[in-house]
Amino acid sequence: MVMSEEKKEHSFYETQGGPAGIFSWILSTDHKRIGILYLTAMFSFFFVAVILGLLMRLELIAPGRTIMSATTYNAVFTVHGVIMIFLFIIPGIPSGLGNFLLPLLIGARDVAFPRINLMSWWFYITGAMVILGSLFTGGGPPDTGWTFYVPYSIKTGTNVTLAVFGVFLLGISSTLTGINFVTTIHRLRAPGMKWFRMPLFVWSLYATGWVQILATPVLGLTLLLLMAERLFGFGLFDAAKGGDPLLFEHLFWIYSHPAVYIMILPAMGAVTEIIPVFARRTIFGYKAIAFSSLAIASAGYLVWGHHMFTSGMSDMARMVFSFLTFIVAIPSAIKVFNWVASLYKGSIELVSPLLFTISFIFLFSIGGLTGLINGALATNVYVHGTYFIVAHFHYTMFGGTAFAFFAALHYWFPKITGRMYREVLAKSACLVLFIGFNVLYFPMFILGLEGMPRRYYDYLPRFQTDHFISTIGSWILAIGLAIMFYNLIGSIFRGEKATSNPWGGSTLEWTTSSPPPRENFEELPVVTGGPYRFGKGK
Amino acid sequence: MNEENIIEGKSDYQGSKMGMWLFLFTELLLFTGLFLLYSAFRSRYSGEFHAGAAELNKTLGTLNTVLLLTSSLTMALSIKAIKNGQKKLSVLLQGLTVSLGLLFMVDKYFEWSEKIRHGIYPDSAELLQRGKGETIFYGLYYLMTGLHGLHVIAGIILISIMIKMTINERVHREKFVKLENAGLYWHLVDVVWVYLFPVFYLIS
Repeated sequence: MVMSEEKKEHSFYETQGGPAGIFSWILSTDHKRIGILYLTAMFSFFFVAVILGLLMRLELIAPGRTIMSATTYNAVFTVHGVIMIFLFIIPGIPSGLGNFLLPLLIGARDVAFPRINLMSWWFYITGAMVILGSLFTGGGPPDTGWTFYVPYSIKTGTNVTLAVFGVFLLGISSTLTGINFVTTIHRLRAPGMKWFRMPLFVWSLYATGWVQILATPVLGLTLLLLMAERLFGFGLFDAAKGGDPLLFEHLFWIYSHPAVYIMILPAMGAVTEIIPVFARRTIFGYKAIAFSSLAIASAGYLVWGHHMFTSGMSDMARMVFSFLTFIVAIPSAIKVFNWVASLYKGSIELVSPLLFTISFIFLFSIGGLTGLINGALATNVYVHGTYFIVAHFHYTMFGGTAFAFFAALHYWFPKITGRMYREVLAKSACLVLFIGFNVLYFPMFILGLEGMPRRYYDYLPRFQTDHFISTIGSWILAIGLAIMFYNLIGSIFRGEKATSNPWGGSTLEWTTSSPPPRENFEELPVVTGGPYRFGKGK
Repeated sequence: MNEENIIEGKSDYQGSKMGMWLFLFTELLLFTGLFLLYSAFRSRYSGEFHAGAAELNKTLGTLNTVLLLTSSLTMALSIKAIKNGQKKLSVLLQGLTVSLGLLFMVDKYFEWSEKIRHGIYPDSAELLQRGKGETIFYGLYYLMTGLHGLHVIAGIILISIMIKMTINERVHREKFVKLENAGLYWHLVDVVWVYLFPVFYLIS
C-alpha cells in the first residue's frame, strides 16, 4: 500500500476547489464529511443530555427537593429522553459511522444520493435547533416525558408543539437516510461483492434502513396528529369529542418499538465487524447473523403492544403481543451465541475495541433478558412504570448501543482520523465506564422490583440507599466518559499517525489510506471472496 | 447502465427510480395510517359517518376527481413527449398539469370555505354540538383532505421546477428520470385522492 507523506495531500480532509472554510464542510456531499458532521453534532447533544442525566441523579440522591422543583424535574427527564433518543441514539451509528463507512465497506465512491445525504444532515440540524429552541421559548421545555402521551401532552402549556415539530423534522432526516442506504446497498456494491460477501455491518445497515423507511412515517403521522390536536382541537385523541386517547399510544409505539431496532441493529453490526479482527478468525454463522438482522427488523413491527400491557387492551391482544415479544428475542440470542462462538478458540487480542465489545455483549444480554421479564404478562404488571423498566432500557440502549458505538469509534478511529489513540487511556476508560454503568443502573432493577415508580421526583425513605448508590455510579460513569473523550479528542490532534490497516482487518475500508482520499479508493476494488479472511502470516 | 458507470458515480437510472419508489412507499404508509384511523372510527360511528358523507358536496368532489385524473394523464403524456424529444409539447403538458392542480386547490378552497361558513371546522361550537361521531368525521375530513392538499401543493411546486428544467434542457430525451420521478409523485397524489373521494363523499 502506498503510505507516507503523500496521503496527507490526498486525504479527504484537504479541500479541493469549491467553497472554502466551514462551507466546504456544511455544504459538502462527501459522505465522509457528512459522517463527521453528524458525529460532531450528536456528541455535542449527547454531552448536554448527559449533564441533564447527572442533574437528575443529583436531585434523586435524597428524598424531597435537592436542587430543583418537581416541574423542573419533569422537564429535565423529558428533554434528557428526547435528546438521547432522537438526537443521539436513533441517528447514532447509522448516520454517524454508517455514513462514513458504508461506501468504503462495499467498495463504492459515495452513497447513491449524496445531495439527499447532505439534506438529511440539514434536516437533522434544523430539527435539533427547533427542539433546543423549544426549551427556551413559549411555555418552556416539555414536561410530558419523551413519549408525549395524551391527554397531558395536549393540555400542558409547555412547548410540546414546537418540540414535536423538531422531532418530526428529525424523522424526515432518518427516513431519507434509510432510503439512501437501502438504494446504495442494492446498487453500488463493488464488482464481485455479492449479497453474501457483504460485511455484516452492511447487512445491519440494510435491515435498519428498511425499518427507517417503514416505521418513521408512522411517527410523522402521530406527531402531526398531536400538533393538529394542540393547534386546532381536532379531537381524535379526546374522548369528550369522540376520540380515543389510547389511539395515541398505539400510533406512538408502532413507530417507537421498531425504533429501538434502529438503535440496536447497527450496534450489533458494528461489533460483528470487530470480533473477527481481534479473534483472528472468520465470524461464526455469517448467514445466521445476516438473516437474524432481517428477522429482528421484521418481527420488531409486531410487538408494540408490550409497552401497553396495563392500558386496558383485551387479554387476547396482550397474550399475542407477549408471545411475539418472546419470539423477537430469539434472533438477538442467535447473534449473541454467534459472537461468543466466534471468540471461542480464536487468537484473542485484548485491545480496547474488543474490551468495549465484550462489555457490550455482557450488558446487552442483561438488558435483553430483563426485556423478557418485562414481556411476560404476569411480571409486567409489577414492573411496568417502575425503575425496573428504566434499568432495562438503559442496559439495552446505553450498555448495548452506546457501548457498541464506543467500541466502533475506537475501532474505526484510525481510519476516520488517520491517527491512533492512547491504548492505556482507552482501556482505563472502558473499565471505569463499565464499573460506573453497573453501579448507576443495577440498583435500579432492585428499586423497580421494590416498587419505586419511574419519572417520580420524590420517593419513600426506604428507597434512599439504592438511589444514593446509583447517583455515585453516575459520577463514576461521568469520569469514564471524560477519560474516553479526553483520549479520543486529544488523539485527533496529537495521536500517532496511523497506517492504512493498523488492526489487520480484512474488509475493504482497510485497503485504502487512513484517512481515505476524497474518492475513497485509487482504483475500485474487485471482490473475490467473503469479508472475514484471516490466513496464517497475514 | 453498466456497473462501472454506477460505481463511478455517473447517473444510475435504476437507482434513481428505486430511491423514488422507496420514498413513495413512505408517503403511502403515512396516508394508509390515516385510512386505518378512518376505518377504526367509522366502525365506531357508522351512522354519523354515513350522515356526514351525505352532507359533503359531491359535485365539487367529482369535479376534483376529474381534474386530478386528467392532470395525471397530462403528466404521463408529458413524459412520453420528452422521450420523443418534443420539448415544447412536454413543457405545455407539464404546464397543463400544474394548472389542473391549481384548479383542484381552488375548488378545495370553495369546498372548505363553504363548510367553514356554516360553522363546521375543528373545535367549533357548531360541530361539537352535533355530537362525537360528526366531530370525528369532520376532523378526519379536514385532516386527510388537508394533508392531501399540502401534497398537491408540493407536487405543483415540484412540477413547476421540472418545467424550468425542461426548458433549460437539464431534462431531455436522454436524461429524463427526474421528470419520471416527479410524475410518479404526482400519480401518488392522484391515487390518494382516488381513495379519499369515495371514502368521504360516496359511501352513504
